[in-house]
Amino acid sequence: MSANRKGLVTFSTIDPNAALAAAVAKTRAEIIGEVTASKLKGRGGAGFPTGVKWNLAAAAKGDAKYVICNADEGEPGTFKDRVILAEVPDLVFAGMTIGGIAIGAVKGIIYLRGEYTYLREQLESALAKRRAAGLLGPQVMDKAVAFDIEIRMGSGAYVCGEETALIESLEGQRGEPRNRPPFPVDTGFMGQPTIVNNVETFACVAAIFAKGAAWFASIGTEKSTGPKLFSVSGDCARPGVYEFPLGIMVSELLREVGGENAKAVQIGGASGHCVPSSEFTRTLSYEDVSTGGSVMVFGPQRDMLAVAKNFMEFFVEESCGQCTPCREGNAKLLEGIEMLEEGRCSAAYLDELTKLGEVMQLASKCGLGQSSPNAFLSIVSHFQDELMGRTHGLVR
Amino acid sequence: MSDQEKANTATSRAPVSQRGHLVKMPTDGTAIGALVTVSIDGQDVKVPLGSTILEAAKQIGVKIPTLCYHEDLCIAGVCRICVVEVEGQRTLQAACAYPITSPLKIHTHTRKVRQSRRRILDLLLSKHYGECYSCFRNTNCELQTLAAEYGVDFFRFGHPDKPSSELDNSSYSVQRDMNKCILCRRCVRTCIDLQEVGVLEAVHRGDKTRISTFMDKPLAEVVCINCGQCINRCPTAALGAADPTDDVWRDINDPTKHVVIQTAPAPRAAIGECFGLPPGTPLTFEMNSALRAIGFDKVFDTNFTADLTIIEEGTELILRLHKALVEKQQVALPQFTSCSPGWVKYIEHFYPEMLPHMSSAKSPQQMFGSVIKTYYAKLNNIDPASIVTVALMPCSAKKFECNRPEMASSGYKDVDYGLVTRELAQMFKEAGIELPKMPKSDFDDPFGTATGSGVIFGATGGVMEAALRTVIELVSGMKVENLYDHANILPVRGFEGIRYVELTIPKVGPVPELLKTNKHLPFDSWDWLAGATLKVAVAHGTANAKKVLEDIKAGGKLSECHFIEFMACPGGCLGGGGMPIPTSPAIRAARAKAIYAEDAAYEVRKSHENPAVIRLYNEFLTDGPNGHTAHHLLHTTYTPRGKYIT
Ligand SMILES: Cc1cc2nc3c(=O)[nH]c(=O)nc-3n(C[C@H](O)[C@H](O)[C@H](O)COP(=O)(O)O)c2cc1C
Ligand code: SF4
Ligand code: SF4
Ligand code: SF4
Ligand code: SF4
Ligand code: FES
Repeated sequence: MSANRKGLVTFSTIDPNAALAAAVAKTRAEIIGEVTASKLKGRGGAGFPTGVKWNLAAAAKGDAKYVICNADEGEPGTFKDRVILAEVPDLVFAGMTIGGIAIGAVKGIIYLRGEYTYLREQLESALAKRRAAGLLGPQVMDKAVAFDIEIRMGSGAYVCGEETALIESLEGQRGEPRNRPPFPVDTGFMGQPTIVNNVETFACVAAIFAKGAAWFASIGTEKSTGPKLFSVSGDCARPGVYEFPLGIMVSELLREVGGENAKAVQIGGASGHCVPSSEFTRTLSYEDVSTGGSVMVFGPQRDMLAVAKNFMEFFVEESCGQCTPCREGNAKLLEGIEMLEEGRCSAAYLDELTKLGEVMQLASKCGLGQSSPNAFLSIVSHFQDELMGRTHGLVR
Repeated sequence: MSDQEKANTATSRAPVSQRGHLVKMPTDGTAIGALVTVSIDGQDVKVPLGSTILEAAKQIGVKIPTLCYHEDLCIAGVCRICVVEVEGQRTLQAACAYPITSPLKIHTHTRKVRQSRRRILDLLLSKHYGECYSCFRNTNCELQTLAAEYGVDFFRFGHPDKPSSELDNSSYSVQRDMNKCILCRRCVRTCIDLQEVGVLEAVHRGDKTRISTFMDKPLAEVVCINCGQCINRCPTAALGAADPTDDVWRDINDPTKHVVIQTAPAPRAAIGECFGLPPGTPLTFEMNSALRAIGFDKVFDTNFTADLTIIEEGTELILRLHKALVEKQQVALPQFTSCSPGWVKYIEHFYPEMLPHMSSAKSPQQMFGSVIKTYYAKLNNIDPASIVTVALMPCSAKKFECNRPEMASSGYKDVDYGLVTRELAQMFKEAGIELPKMPKSDFDDPFGTATGSGVIFGATGGVMEAALRTVIELVSGMKVENLYDHANILPVRGFEGIRYVELTIPKVGPVPELLKTNKHLPFDSWDWLAGATLKVAVAHGTANAKKVLEDIKAGGKLSECHFIEFMACPGGCLGGGGMPIPTSPAIRAARAKAIYAEDAAYEVRKSHENPAVIRLYNEFLTDGPNGHTAHHLLHTTYTPRGKYIT
């Protein structure tokens, strides 16, 4: 890779107004068709095809529909949405407006992470400018479509990034995930059809309408199209936000960021997977190691048990406490790590905890509990010797 | 619409996350009403679109365990014990919460499912501090039952050996032992969704999550209305009633005490459930013998004072109507019934400005207490100080009611102990009494003869029906039977949350002697009521009460009512917070059936025809209904409490 990949390489070249103009010239079906043709998948982590989501919401019946931009960016190690919002907010607004037109919504809401309050003022003024320019309001670009965007603040709960908890929070309730189905595309904000998409997803939509679905689909792999932003942190020479085509190998990425001697990479944040150096030929893509964008590099000196402990402490703290497997399970896993630290976790109990982790993945109510054991499980399976070493008094 | 769906209408305050699929069905509306075929463990079943997997499984007799699910409540989907495998899905799905919208292949006991359930139980038990043999839910506990069914033979993730929180026994009615709480949130949903009170809520997050009151205050200091609906729906012993059994035993065994018990109508239709009988098996007369066998000196029927309540409350209504219609004075109408202490506390907290609508009549329980410690004491030459009055009630709020400071008009505490159905069953068991096998015997004099009208107080609409029977006869001089088949005023019956009925007074007769004993009666003929239409309504469950009160405040149809019956508990007393656990719509319906059957079996079915009541007025309350003595002994006042806690 020769060109500079650091920063918002593609996004900084996109003209949001051109994107919106291209979209308003199309019918709703054509807009959704274009998004579908781009094969864009959600950038928030779950990787759900955006075209499919929009199509469901467009087909659903409701008194009102809503477009929600998920700017809660709570996944540890993720900071790319912040950069998008700070540098190219109009791309996101244009993407949301296109989404509104596509599903027939007149209202958009940005759920902004509490810690990003400092961005609010500049986002509000960007919105005001768009209203003044006729890009938001009762007649978007002089067409018979209305759309406007409101900013609402989150309050620091990681789980409120989960789309249904986010909606609960918007409705003034405890931020707790709902049962799914029904999904937000049917029963979302105020019980109405709602699309919830990540900040980057909306920016991608703008890019698709500016440069065409074919251009977008030509980047990346067959199943993982488009450019993707990665928030790279940890033991590497050049941390920061990078753009790579999806499908890039872990080793390639490490070379780019100066992390070649890594012992492992945590991909997808605390709820993601830990990839050991023996697997660095794996690719960052929806079909292999999928991620919302967080890449944490662990150098040779890192204590993997400490890494696992850090993640588990996070989940114990951030579980909403609603369902049994996640509420109690995370605490048990953390307790297990403490036992490992003190060298009093038997192999049998570690096995028991592994099974517990699998049950949490299977039986938890939402993505948090379903993915919170991932890091623990992958660290246990890849670094069992290092962990159990303590039990045998080898490491201290 | 089912009761449950009604509780989940748009006005509900329950978080949508806890209203699950009831919010609105996904997929296109054109398919609503369609049937879908799913396969459960290889067996096909056709269900209406939108049914849950749990409902579908029930239909073919496949049992899926549940903990946070309750038939009366909206769906939470939080305990995860009901998970099943749905082919094609990466994760397991909660059967209670998963709406069927397409043909599915479901497996309910694969290895994954069993392993998950077992570990979920292990996780719950790792936080559950309690010893089954010293627990009031022993043998009637959903957690214990599941542990047995899933073969829990060791505590995989440990078991607490000491309590982590203190018992809250501040309330006269409801006790909370959060050491036994499994965070199913049934109580939260009961309180906020079914009752719209909202005392309990989950606080904090992760493994620090707890069920708490406002600012963690003791239950006695928050807006709890003592209805005990949360107790009846708690799967474990985390919630229970304050139990006076030991005190009752002590007084029974004290030879210097004359211990009498009054028994309310609802418990007799339900106590059999504690002895393995199906709901709705009436054991009225067996219970009388059993009560004497365990040492009560006298056994009275609360129906007696239910009849008395009708006379007093009915007279009060007539006087209010006269004030409004004839004297053209400002008077609070509609009049509200006051016999449900949960409802009383509800209005005191949430609508104190509407307290003037409340009938000043005490509840039958409290009337009985004061009659026993005055009239009965005098009649039998017993020192009222040595009388202990126990009230067998279906209701946890009665425990609070009898401890209200104003409930001492006899000069003594009118009712000493409020005992609930569950506790009496326990006493019988302790005494080795197999209730269903007891011989039958009648109630004791002088209050023995009850009327059917008293019995139906136990069901929603019962007070209204009894009042109507009496008012119609007193005013028209006609037999209700001639107006309604068997005197069954069916329009006020049923389980619909709010019922509204209009009755035209067919003709007016002479003012009966009973009323004329009140020297201050401001009329001597009924002419002013000729051709009048009586508008009445019935509401049960405080969520429905709230709707009624809001309608009245908004000047809606219900503001034109003359009289409204309110019961705090869904179903009325037969769904009370002291009744056997579990409860469900079907169980309550069976109890109601038993109550109406008992009503039909009585000869005298109208309160004003109760000879013991007539005798009481003749001998004791000589200045008549609503007269001075009656007012002193049988009426009360209320306390505006407000909902803001200091
Ligand atoms: C615990 C949890 C936290 C999440 N946090 C975020 C977040 O901060 N930002 C985000 O875009 N998606 C987050 N998601 C994913 C959202 O639920 C949802 O899938 C996403 O917003 C959909 O947008 P997309 O399809 O554009 O990716 C989270 C999911 C879970 C389970
Ligand atoms: S998995 Fe965790 S965060 Fe999600 S609902 Fe359950 S307890 Fe809450
Ligand atoms: S609540 Fe249930 S499981 Fe717990 S101690 Fe009581 S009977 Fe046993
Ligand atoms: S007794 Fe009634 S009001 Fe009190 S907490 Fe329980 S359900 Fe709520
Ligand atoms: S108190 Fe009972 S009903 Fe309430 S959450 Fe705990 S176990 Fe469930
Ligand atoms: S019974 Fe289904 S999740 Fe609790």
